[in-house]
Amino acid sequence: MSITLFIIVSVIKIALILFVLLTAVAYTVWLERKVVGHMQNRWGPTRVGPFGLLQPAADGVKFLFKEDLTPPHVYKPLYIAAPMIAVVFAVTSIAVIPFGNWLNVGKISTPFQITDVNIGLLVVLGITSLGVYGVALSGWSSNSKYSLLGGLRASAQMVSYEIALGLSLVGVLMLAGTFSLRGIVDAQAGHFWGFVPNWFIFRGGQIVAFFIYLTAAYAETNRIPFDLPEAETELVAGYHTEYSAMKFAMFFMAEYANMITVACLASLLFLGGWRGPIFGPDWLQQLLPLFWFVLRVFAFLFVYIWVRGTLPRFRYDQLMAFGWKFLLPLAIANLVVTAVVVALT
Amino acid sequence: MLHLILFSVFGIICVAGAVNLLLQRHPINSALSLVVVMGSLAVEYLLLGAEFVAAIQVIVYAGAIMVLFVFVIMLLNAGEEEHTQGSRVAWLLGLPGALAITVVIAWALVQSEGSAVALGVTPDAQKAFGNAADISQLLFHQFLLPFEVTSILVLIAIMGAVVLAARPESERREG
Repeated sequence: MSITLFIIVSVIKIALILFVLLTAVAYTVWLERKVVGHMQNRWGPTRVGPFGLLQPAADGVKFLFKEDLTPPHVYKPLYIAAPMIAVVFAVTSIAVIPFGNWLNVGKISTPFQITDVNIGLLVVLGITSLGVYGVALSGWSSNSKYSLLGGLRASAQMVSYEIALGLSLVGVLMLAGTFSLRGIVDAQAGHFWGFVPNWFIFRGGQIVAFFIYLTAAYAETNRIPFDLPEAETELVAGYHTEYSAMKFAMFFMAEYANMITVACLASLLFLGGWRGPIFGPDWLQQLLPLFWFVLRVFAFLFVYIWVRGTLPRFRYDQLMAFGWKFLLPLAIANLVVTAVVVALT
Repeated sequence: MLHLILFSVFGIICVAGAVNLLLQRHPINSALSLVVVMGSLAVEYLLLGAEFVAAIQVIVYAGAIMVLFVFVIMLLNAGEEEHTQGSRVAWLLGLPGALAITVVIAWALVQSEGSAVALGVTPDAQKAFGNAADISQLLFHQFLLPFEVTSILVLIAIMGAVVLAARPESERREG
């Protein structure tokens, strides 16, 4: 592939994936309101469009036309930079995530992925670990006690749970033997005992790792039951108390984009990525993996929302104790067991 | 060529971040400058072909250690600091000393024959270091004992810090 063609294809892919991601973010918000609504015996959004489907667009317009208020007591440079930091790092991590196999159109052949790097998983972890600056700095620069407490809680919580999150993935890495996300999915091909798919969640006790990942991921994305940084009963809205209009929307977008990244990683690492039955004509064969992948991500997001509709919030000391005294030892134990399994087989 | 341009650009960003760290009067701005330094260092590693080191640099330094720095600054609510003129000794000895060290390091790098290889300029050298497999090969075969000893040392240091920071049992009961 020549360099110009490569650049053209890359730009198209980046634009397309950004568009899909941001649309997905908007509709995850809609899905959440709808599903939680039905769980609580109400309807959720119904007024704008059929089934309230145009609600995200209406919300977007509302955010754009709202007064963008900057309180006089904030430290301006960081107050403005913080939401940008949050949303940039949340969106960037999608760059290395593969959504499916290769796409062949005529002579052009390209993977369903912006770029395939051999340390893909580490890149995602690195970029998402930088996202905490957005939350921490917004809390500090707002110069308000509620924001500061929210920012402090968020940074302590995210650093703590990052360890358990990282350790839970090491088992998968040992089984796959590569950091490349594409390589990890390739390592999950086939079946064992004739019918059970070869996904990592079924192999070498990784179901424990999946549980640790799930829990730590909820904490990393500040979701119920770990949404202490924005606990409205005690902190008004936590770190984004002083934000309004589009700046507030950027934090919102960052949170949901992070949820989607986490869901993509879970599908790739534990649930076999885009593997599934493939049939039909050539174009269908190329697009079906994409469908299976999106289905997994959707299922994961649904569980996210389900948990939100079900569980109450932790107390802060419970959250820390749970992370350090239960999840971390469990992750280390899982690591040791997986190492033994890998050594024996 | 593109490599060299990018390398120079991020080198300049790195040095500018370090200078900014010293010039800023607010601790949180200094800490953020240090994040910029760590990030551009990671890009330099990446350009040298050491992608694993680059990723670890971002995850550990920019993503964890610097977050704790910012956390502590937020927790203590540290305010702006006054700039001092600096002592005369620092100007008289420090500046020439820093210059001398820079010159010596640069000279040593230029002189030694392996420098081109060590800097990863040749394609063979790029393949030979910095990826996960090579580093683990070194850490868990050649340097296994020093590596494990260091980890125990770090563990002892952490426990020491906890012991020093924790209030004695008697005080804790009172208050």
